[in-house]
Amino acid sequence: MKDNAETQDLAIEFVGVVKRFGDAVAVDGIDLAIRRGELVTFLGPSGCGKTTSLRLIAGLELPSDGHLRIAGRDVSRDPASERNVGMVFQSYALFPHVSVLDNVAYGPVIRGVKKAEAHAKARGILDQIGLGGLHDRLPAELSGGQQQRVAVARAIAQQPDVILFDEPLSNVDAKLRRKVRSEIRALQQEFGLTAVYVTHDQEEALAVSDRIVVMDKGRIAQVGTPEDLYERPASAFIANFIGDANLIEGRVMAGRFAAEGLDVPVSGADGPASVSIRPERIALDLSADGPARIASGTYLGSRMEYAVTLGGTELLVSRPISEPRLEAGQPVALRIDTGGVTRLS
Amino acid sequence: MTTTRTIDRASLGWLGLLVVSTVGLPWYATGGIGASALTLGLSDRPWLLPVAGLTFSLAALALIARDWRRHALLLPLVIAALAALLLQAFGIGLNGPVLPALGTLFPTAASGQTGLGLGGFLAGLALLGLLSDGLAARGFCRGERFASACVIIIVALLTLFVFFPILKLGAAAFTDETGALALGRFVERITAPNLWGLACFTSSQSCGVVINTLQLGILSATFATALGLALALLVARTDFRFKRALRALSILPIITPPFVVGVAIIVLFGRSGMLTQFGAELFDVRPGRWVYGLTGILMAQVLAFTPVTFLVLLGTLEAINPTLEEASKTLGARPLKTFSTVTWPLLRPGIAAAFLLAFIESLADFGNPIVLGGGYDVLSTKIFFAVVGARYDLGNAATLAMILLGLTLVAFWAQIRWLGRSNYVTVTGKSDAGLVAPMPPMLKFAAIAAVLPFAAFTIAVYSIVLLGGFVTDIGRLDLTPTFGHIWTAFSFELGTEGLRLYGSAWDSMITTLWVSALSAPLTMAIGILTAWLVARQDFAGRRAFEFGTMLSFAIPGTVVGVSYVAAFNVPPVDITGTMIILVISFVFRNMPVGMRAGMAALAQIDRSMEEASQTMGAGGAKTLRNVVLPLIRPAIFTALVYSFVTAMTAVSAVIFLVSARHNMATAYIMGRVENGEYALAIAYSAVLMVVMVACVALIQLLVGKRQLGRRTGMTGATAAQPAE
Repeated sequence: MKDNAETQDLAIEFVGVVKRFGDAVAVDGIDLAIRRGELVTFLGPSGCGKTTSLRLIAGLELPSDGHLRIAGRDVSRDPASERNVGMVFQSYALFPHVSVLDNVAYGPVIRGVKKAEAHAKARGILDQIGLGGLHDRLPAELSGGQQQRVAVARAIAQQPDVILFDEPLSNVDAKLRRKVRSEIRALQQEFGLTAVYVTHDQEEALAVSDRIVVMDKGRIAQVGTPEDLYERPASAFIANFIGDANLIEGRVMAGRFAAEGLDVPVSGADGPASVSIRPERIALDLSADGPARIASGTYLGSRMEYAVTLGGTELLVSRPISEPRLEAGQPVALRIDTGGVTRLS
Repeated sequence: MTTTRTIDRASLGWLGLLVVSTVGLPWYATGGIGASALTLGLSDRPWLLPVAGLTFSLAALALIARDWRRHALLLPLVIAALAALLLQAFGIGLNGPVLPALGTLFPTAASGQTGLGLGGFLAGLALLGLLSDGLAARGFCRGERFASACVIIIVALLTLFVFFPILKLGAAAFTDETGALALGRFVERITAPNLWGLACFTSSQSCGVVINTLQLGILSATFATALGLALALLVARTDFRFKRALRALSILPIITPPFVVGVAIIVLFGRSGMLTQFGAELFDVRPGRWVYGLTGILMAQVLAFTPVTFLVLLGTLEAINPTLEEASKTLGARPLKTFSTVTWPLLRPGIAAAFLLAFIESLADFGNPIVLGGGYDVLSTKIFFAVVGARYDLGNAATLAMILLGLTLVAFWAQIRWLGRSNYVTVTGKSDAGLVAPMPPMLKFAAIAAVLPFAAFTIAVYSIVLLGGFVTDIGRLDLTPTFGHIWTAFSFELGTEGLRLYGSAWDSMITTLWVSALSAPLTMAIGILTAWLVARQDFAGRRAFEFGTMLSFAIPGTVVGVSYVAAFNVPPVDITGTMIILVISFVFRNMPVGMRAGMAALAQIDRSMEEASQTMGAGGAKTLRNVVLPLIRPAIFTALVYSFVTAMTAVSAVIFLVSARHNMATAYIMGRVENGEYALAIAYSAVLMVVMVACVALIQLLVGKRQLGRRTGMTGATAAQPAE
């Protein structure tokens, strides 16, 4: 049993939630608690169940099994209209036939607020969000970025228990994404909103989240802070999905992991094991008798990326652009930062 | 928003309706306010007590239950009440119990009961509402109550007004005059020699009525498809000068009552017809009756269905990506080769669709065969005479109707199969940069040669329709202008007692306008709602639901008419002879058109807008009103216009349902044709068409149509025309 204070603090709880579409299982038994004021991201490849999970919170789908609580109330059988969840859609879903102001005031009006009052409130939010002069425009008369902000304003205006973002940056110009995502983060913190964010872009997830839920095939693969996931991935799937990783099979004996040409300290019991080492955690030493050889180098602008062969394994190593370039065939020694080695389960 | 709610407003509304309709409203169609289910049940009709008792149990449950909608007893009680209602309604007929068990249980049931009235129907509606509420609370329709109520109520309406009559009609085919099961009679009816006889192929005798129907259907569909193809090729692939005129011609049949063409043909080619007399004098032969029979019906049908095939084929032709034909040309093929190896194969699915559509229309056509048939019987007219003639034989009519329905469904099924499988034409959303290939000259001349007589004939027919009503006797070429015919039909007097209408046609005209004005918005509403449910909601049985609505679309009007006669002239739903039955028949016959228009419009609209509305707290009804309807106004317009126009021009179903009090314009005109009063019939038809155009303009003004291309709008309406 959870104590009362803790339950009060939870915005969303998934308890054994399953969602089936015919024979296909989209969400396969999820348990998750999201705290008030937190921004949690559902991250995963397409078809992993992240969008379905978001729609379950919104009430646009109802769970086939299990329970879902929002603000302490079991909403498993409540339709979207009887929950208080704001959602920012991938396509923004602004109503094309009414003005920006009417779009933003829609939620309050539907919930019984007087029209004049709802309009005043909508004006306030639009001003706050920097769309002051656009009240009377139709959505089609706005730029993509402005439409996106109207969509966010509309979701905030209903004072939701939770605000949901369904891949909000996928229709934003690549150049603008960094700006828009920090705006979203700032708004979420300014309004003290509990937010759930869906994306398939790991960099976006790392940048905006308090916590990230990585999903795979309808299940939760790992939950943690961005740093947790990057530094301490629980599985090869996570290590690969978030950032680049060298995955190496070997054996652990007496606290040291050994594989062809490698010998690094790890924790845990003896036996066969695999580890993940991030490319930037390997430094290259130019020594004539180094055990490894440069196979190829790729210029990436901000850094160099080298493929290095060590025995039968090929490792990916990244190196600051300011360092001298290395030639293919050059022998090198590897210095591995032991803090960057994670044993995978 | 709390878990301690007991009963909310919507459920309370349904419950209140239930209580009022069992306690306060007359249960039967005949009876005053005092004759409610409760009072009658307590006096001499105890079989009404279960319904009343269960109503009170539900009300009591609402008082004590903590969460009424989710209470374990709610659904069982509602279902029991529905069962009690249906059992008593169908179990005890006009002349006593139908189910013997009920007779033993309730001795007083021997005196029988009349049809359900306001109380009975509203109680049923309220119970369906409660059922939908309880189901929604258990997750049906994603918990969306409005959608759930719509699904349940529309399914109930379709069952009552589409499937129940057909089943009842089917049953009539297997029973004798007393209602007892008689398989022998069925075998006798279905093997009757006048159904399947093939004598016409070997001798001068006539064939069986089924063979006639098929022969007519195949010939008419073949000619109509060939002509439609010629027209479509001319419009899409040549620089033919009168393209616009051809397109305009294709709209005419939509606003033309079905037998007007037949009448015009009689005026032209009948025994004393204009051309017949002319020919007789020229060649000194005796005027014949050749136009009555297969030839005449065929002429009328080809004229009437060619525009339909034309629009289907034009759609197919315009959807063919011109780059395919350009590719063929760059590979060195000559125009004729390109046509035969590229264009033609791509056209084939469209041709099959057009053929089947015309075939189905021909099977269902009633107006032309009845006017031009002579001795040539087809199924639709034979059904009519079996019920309406002196020998009322419902069993025989039912058997014929089942055969007609069977043939239609096979054609309908083939059409769905064919189009589902081999539709090569896909809309990719990319712009097709290429230019269409001009037709090979040989084909072009062939097409023009085919189209010219058709165009001349159409112009002749419609000139007669326009002129005929305003001259003394167009049949004998007496072209003295007169308003006499119009005056006979529509005379009036503006005297001291106000406006008085003397004309013989006023009654039918006013009924027609009422029926059309009532049925058009209902048809549109049910059609659009159904489209929204099928396209946007997610509920168990959605596919079956969609299939059921489409099936109702395929039933020929004659079959609908006779099935309503079979089902609705006895309790519990005793509505023959009323205006309601006319409205209902139109609503459920035309509803699929509104549905198709709605589905096409919804497919263009991102559903996340509706989802956004829902997440902001709007339920299904508010979302529909605030978001969906404003965005699909053109579809609403199409549905309204189509259902209005059809209600004014249809004849096949209503001819069975009109009564002396509620006659319709088309039925009245048909009566005049039977009496040989062609001029009056033509005058009335012309007035009808003018009124229709005026009403369409009015609807347009009211609904306000947004950038609805004339062609696309009309394409949708015609392609989706139900079998008349």
